[in-house]
Amino acid sequence: MHTKGDIILRVEGLSKSFGSLQVLRDISFTVRKGETKCFIGPSGTGKSTLLRCINQLTVPDSGRVFLFDQEVTNAGPRINELRQRMGMVFQNFNLFDHLTARKNVEIALLRVKRMEASAAREKAGFELRRVGLEDKADQYPAQLSGGQAQRVSIARALAMDPDVMLFDEPTSALDPELTGEVLEVIKGLARDGMTMLIVTHEMGFALSVADEILFMENGQIAERGTPEELMTNPGFDRTRRFIGRIRDFTRAPGEG
Amino acid sequence: MDQATFIFDILIPNLGEGFLVTLALIALSAPCGLLVGMGVAAGRVYGTRPLRILAKGYVVFFKGCPLLLLLFILYFGLPSLGLPLGAFLSAVLGFIFCNSAYNSEFIRGAIHSIKEGQFTAAQALGMSRGQVIRYIIMPQAVRKAFPGIMNEFIYLIKFSSLAYMITVIELTGAGKMIATKYFMFTETFFILGLVYLVLVSVTTVAAHFIEKKYRIIAQ
Repeated sequence: MHTKGDIILRVEGLSKSFGSLQVLRDISFTVRKGETKCFIGPSGTGKSTLLRCINQLTVPDSGRVFLFDQEVTNAGPRINELRQRMGMVFQNFNLFDHLTARKNVEIALLRVKRMEASAAREKAGFELRRVGLEDKADQYPAQLSGGQAQRVSIARALAMDPDVMLFDEPTSALDPELTGEVLEVIKGLARDGMTMLIVTHEMGFALSVADEILFMENGQIAERGTPEELMTNPGFDRTRRFIGRIRDFTRAPGEG
Repeated sequence: MDQATFIFDILIPNLGEGFLVTLALIALSAPCGLLVGMGVAAGRVYGTRPLRILAKGYVVFFKGCPLLLLLFILYFGLPSLGLPLGAFLSAVLGFIFCNSAYNSEFIRGAIHSIKEGQFTAAQALGMSRGQVIRYIIMPQAVRKAFPGIMNEFIYLIKFSSLAYMITVIELTGAGKMIATKYFMFTETFFILGLVYLVLVSVTTVAAHFIEKKYRIIAQ
């Protein structure tokens, strides 16, 4: 068990409703440097909304988010600067279709960070190598497999040197045989000490990579603890039942 | 004077200046028409409510107004409001209004075909809305709208002859004057038609290559 650093992200009492549907109810937690937190739970319990509220892609109804000592909620135009420090990876990759893999990584370096062209190119090359795709640098998104596209989108987020990475179901849109390569990249980031919040349905992955697992139900954190606690402690009954259901569901017939 | 002498010794040498005026009308109107079209389209899709209404009004007005009438308003009407623009500028402005109104419609449609996730992803990287529109949305929208934009460009080449109606001596105007002087209407208008045909053909071929080069590679 490695020790984790200072608190870098604080979420205090986040709530969000869409019309009459309350998707987040008073969510609070803190994230320390180098920590990986995995959010699991049934669909529609607000996990993705929670991530989007953290970088204000969705504006919460109440509650506050702090990155170090800076408030992310109610940040006004400063939000653009704060978002640079919170990398986000989406379920559907959301690569820019008109740009090659390299240019996808470069564009925010050039236009947001105002880096020199040569420095941006070098940085993009480095990040693509990090996700194992330097040979795909000149391919367009449509020429990449889903797994490759998702790795490019991870490189794109990493290039901004974020303080924290937000993964919104990074493998849910992938064919099963392509999830492995993406999960390996994320595990590598965890080993390198990247701070990460991950919404996932991959239970084995969550148990192996997370420092803490947060089980969400009906817009609340129902149970939370380390993977060891979740698997052994009798207090985590709901989480275990949920994991059991997912595992039965994803296991192929005849297996195990 | 036989027809060949008229065409090669009189008509063609004297069309040069008018031809250049036609090129100038197009070269000024087309890029501005595209830029304004992008702005109007962005205003309609991403603008605040007043801006959206303004942009829509722009399109409705300039799409609905016959181009010749628009040129008359600009050239004959504005001076009485204390705004004399001159013939050439009136023509260029009229072409820009008309061209941009149509272009904005093609671009607006193209914007709607771009998956919303790209906008979100660009924002998550720290881009402002303006940067997202400029660097992510517009480059794709213009590529997708390109066939329509090129159609408008070709219309513009042909409509540029309407500038003659407000005294701009462009290609058609220059030809008309020579034809009247030498009473050689058929020969003159035939040659003029050929020149426009060549301009349109060159544009069509160039558009084909540009479209191929900048095509967004699709799944």
